[in-house]
Amino acid sequence: MSLTHQDVARIAKLARIEVGEAEIAATAEQLNNIFGLIEQMQAVNTDGIEPMAHPQDVSLRLREDVVTETNQREAFQAVAPQVEKGLFLVPKVIE
Amino acid sequence: MTQATLKQLSQQLAAKEVSSVELASQYLDRIEALNPRLNAIVTVDREKTLIEAAAADARIAAGAASALTGVPLVHKDLFCQQGWKTGCGSKMLDNFVSPYSAHVVEQCAAAGMVTLGRANMDEFAMGSSNENSFHGAVKNPWDLNAIPGGSSGGSAAAVAARLTPVATATDTGGSIRQPASHCGVTGIKPTYGAVSRYGMVAFASSLDQGGPIAQTAEDCALMLNVMAGFDARDSTSLERATEDYSRDLNRSLAGLKVGLPREYFAAGLDADVARAVDNAVSELKKLGAEAVEISLPNTELSIPAYYVIAPAEASTNLSRYDGVRYGHRANDYKDLVEMYEKTRAEGFGDEVKRRIMVGTYVLSHGYYDAYYIKAQKIRRLIANDFKAAFGQCDVILGPVAPTAAFDLGQMSSDPVQMYLSDVYTLSVNLAGLPGMSVPAGFAANGRPIGLQIIGDYFAEAKMLNVAHQFQQATDWHAKAPAL
Repeated sequence: MSLTHQDVARIAKLARIEVGEAEIAATAEQLNNIFGLIEQMQAVNTDGIEPMAHPQDVSLRLREDVVTETNQREAFQAVAPQVEKGLFLVPKVIE
Repeated sequence: MTQATLKQLSQQLAAKEVSSVELASQYLDRIEALNPRLNAIVTVDREKTLIEAAAADARIAAGAASALTGVPLVHKDLFCQQGWKTGCGSKMLDNFVSPYSAHVVEQCAAAGMVTLGRANMDEFAMGSSNENSFHGAVKNPWDLNAIPGGSSGGSAAAVAARLTPVATATDTGGSIRQPASHCGVTGIKPTYGAVSRYGMVAFASSLDQGGPIAQTAEDCALMLNVMAGFDARDSTSLERATEDYSRDLNRSLAGLKVGLPREYFAAGLDADVARAVDNAVSELKKLGAEAVEISLPNTELSIPAYYVIAPAEASTNLSRYDGVRYGHRANDYKDLVEMYEKTRAEGFGDEVKRRIMVGTYVLSHGYYDAYYIKAQKIRRLIANDFKAAFGQCDVILGPVAPTAAFDLGQMSSDPVQMYLSDVYTLSVNLAGLPGMSVPAGFAANGRPIGLQIIGDYFAEAKMLNVAHQFQQATDWHAKAPAL
């Protein structure tokens, strides 16, 4: 497998990371080296093996459906880039 | 005083031979004098530290102290700490002062420990050399031209340079054991789920695990007593009774079976490292242990499996850095999508971007089964190897890394080469097992070498027993760099 420059541009778009034209070639080369390493996996037969997501094979704990957090809007918004009247400001989304 | 172990400091504080304020001041002075050369600590706040130390002294005077009350520590810069900058080695979080504290930070504070500062680290804990920090590389205190190891390199270097008696750290693919090995200090990564991840900036959630780095195994046991334990706020925290990790430190090693995986001593292992590990095994045999050869046949597959699973989880975890609620935001953008793209391009360093892109790709439509599910299946094979091995032995011994610390800059242009240096540590995270690194010698160039001890699930006390007995019989852990 070898990623083309178009592939890299598409991945960058999906990842929401701006990658300039000048960086595409170098990024493609590095990603291809990493995928070269990863490809080794494909030679292994894993038929019938159950994927492992958690070492103890435990299911996630559920908690009571009750409010446990107190309102800390001010503390959490104090670290936001832009807020107004208790709301996070972002560029206009709807035309 | 600043050369003392955690245990010694705890005793001196209890006996009122020193106050917490005196102790904190001495360490702060040492940080001020040495840190400019090492870059191990990124944030110091003398006033905050001395307030915490004065509170600890009051607690000691009131007779309400616990074993570690008044003892100073450094937190890795990814444990959220209320009122302290929590930068995670990234430009993305360089303006982030946490509004809350991680479980680990709360536990240390509840024990009365005093924060000296925050340790430098690879950005978002991604790296094996601590060269990926927004704050610049950490220098190895044994040799300023060498890497300290990553990603907890600041924590390990700070302990090695005696800037602190103990530091918190995290290990996703070896990030406690490998820098501990390269800096000649002792570090333990507990069983996955033993230490809460609440408030720890997430990298790869199914692999990340917090633990301590200190001078000795005995100190690590004392710290684990404070750090470990069930926390309902982390859904993967294990509901187990609290335990005393120092309970077995002085147990005899007679009859203990230590497994030596033949794959850990194959081609690629540096001769100095092999010799140090062999000598450590001989030492343990003198103490009554018996060595058995074992096999972990899928060891090499841990590299590709890890470099699928960790980036996949990182790409989801790091999607929260979008410039909306906290962290860096780009200045110039025409719409929301461009704001995301520029914010993330400016805020993340190269290694983080690489891993996010790898993760995005392996999780994308059409590739999920071929990469992510495949890697999770290989993860099971690796865990099964360990299961079989622990049928034959009590603990597994081996090297931590193929070589002693390499030179700063030596591998930074070749990420794949750097990834290969994690071959002995990654499988432990994939399986969720506990692992530790104990100083075991020096390479010909004077750089430290660690011995890795791997235990079965929840066998931390047994591993600490092996490490403590080894440290009673040797003095590698007591050696400090000349600074």
